[in-house]
Amino acid sequence: MDKDISVTLKVWRQRGPKEKGQFETYKIEKINQSVSFLEMLDILNEQLVNEGKEPIVFDHDCREGICGMCSLYVNGHPHGPATGATTCQLYMRRFHDGETITIEPWRSAGFPVIRDLMVDRYAYDKIIQAGGFVSVNTGGVPDANAIPIPKKDADLAMDAAACIGCGACAAACKNGSAMLFVSAKVSQLALLPQGRVEAARRAKAMVAKMDELGFGNCTNTRACEMECPKNISVSNIARLNREFISAKLQD
Amino acid sequence: MWLLNSSIGKKLIMSISGLFLILFLLFHLCMNIAAVFSGEAYNVICGLLGSNWYALVGTLVLAVGVVVHFVYAIILTLQNRKARGNDRYAINARPKGVEWASQNMFVLGLIVILFMILHFTQFWYNMMFAELAGIHGDIHPQDGAAFINFYFQGNVVNTILYLVWFVALWFHLTHGFWSAIHTIGWNNTIWLNRWECISKWVATIICGLFAVITIIFYLNGVGA
Repeated sequence: MDKDISVTLKVWRQRGPKEKGQFETYKIEKINQSVSFLEMLDILNEQLVNEGKEPIVFDHDCREGICGMCSLYVNGHPHGPATGATTCQLYMRRFHDGETITIEPWRSAGFPVIRDLMVDRYAYDKIIQAGGFVSVNTGGVPDANAIPIPKKDADLAMDAAACIGCGACAAACKNGSAMLFVSAKVSQLALLPQGRVEAARRAKAMVAKMDELGFGNCTNTRACEMECPKNISVSNIARLNREFISAKLQD
Repeated sequence: MWLLNSSIGKKLIMSISGLFLILFLLFHLCMNIAAVFSGEAYNVICGLLGSNWYALVGTLVLAVGVVVHFVYAIILTLQNRKARGNDRYAINARPKGVEWASQNMFVLGLIVILFMILHFTQFWYNMMFAELAGIHGDIHPQDGAAFINFYFQGNVVNTILYLVWFVALWFHLTHGFWSAIHTIGWNNTIWLNRWECISKWVATIICGLFAVITIIFYLNGVGA
């Protein structure tokens, strides 16, 4: 049964990208455990507005785990303590009465803080723009069976395509590396015949952009995979390494 | 040059140099196993190596391997710290499924390198270097078996120091081996768990044998 609980929140407040941030403490009294984590923050913000204070800025959009807009580093985990779920899919029943919950923004040089808990994740869009697409003209809608694709490859490509680009991988990584994201985006196309055509160019362009934007170097700790809300496997990183190294050797 | 400029290229350098150093560990292990059975056999190997030109070339190549591995570890670690941003997380929880060693590779590597200095002053300096510089101590530079007995037989402190070294090396190798394979790209969903398991075996066989041999040297010295 869901109960009413009271929790203490330690929230990172930062007025702008260049300003120094600090934690502020808020109390939430008698919140039902059936309330979602983001709804709890909405309720807190309403309290703050009523008290004439600045509400906490945080990202959110679809609130059903598919858009990749919500972020938040809750109690040391991107997207909170739940596994295979985004912050918007997190409910207060994950927390107990009297608990102190620490909420931080993604911390990575590639994701500068815009304000409070909201970070600029445009870097991921830039990596996609560098090569995460297929530029062949496919004409009209082709017949589904026109190009036979093994079930195994189709499944792996679909698993990689589940990545919502939320940035939890770079946020979880002690090296601030974006390799899980880049590898998923390279894999989802490299595994399919339509994407294979430009695979070499894509891997080189996306890795070059990733390095240019200041993301770190992957050391295979697997923290990204463990925290990923979409359970993207690090075997994609091995595929990206393979694609990149063989593309460079062919040059 | 992509090998030096790109993140994956730099990691590939770490990977290849690391695998090369593992091969050397296996070679060194074979020498030690020989010493357990016969001090004379060990001295034959010492004589074959000594300060011959091929041993010198081998030592140089090995030194380059260590230096490259260490220098790139520093470069990558500094870049990674910078990529993390200026503000650190207040709470760091290690997610389930993340090995402790994988997040502490630099520190473990540093411990391994520091112990190497001790090892070099005890053996390399007294053997290859002494031979090159023409220093004559009480023990002949090619009498490796005598050096082993001198440093290990009944020497608790030295034995424990070496055992600590092997523990650090074990942690380093459990992550390092499969990580190197992964960086080259020889991995997929099925082999991921297999390589991690093989990695633990490789680390355990290498460090375990080194440790057992060290304890044998402590108790009995080299083989008759």
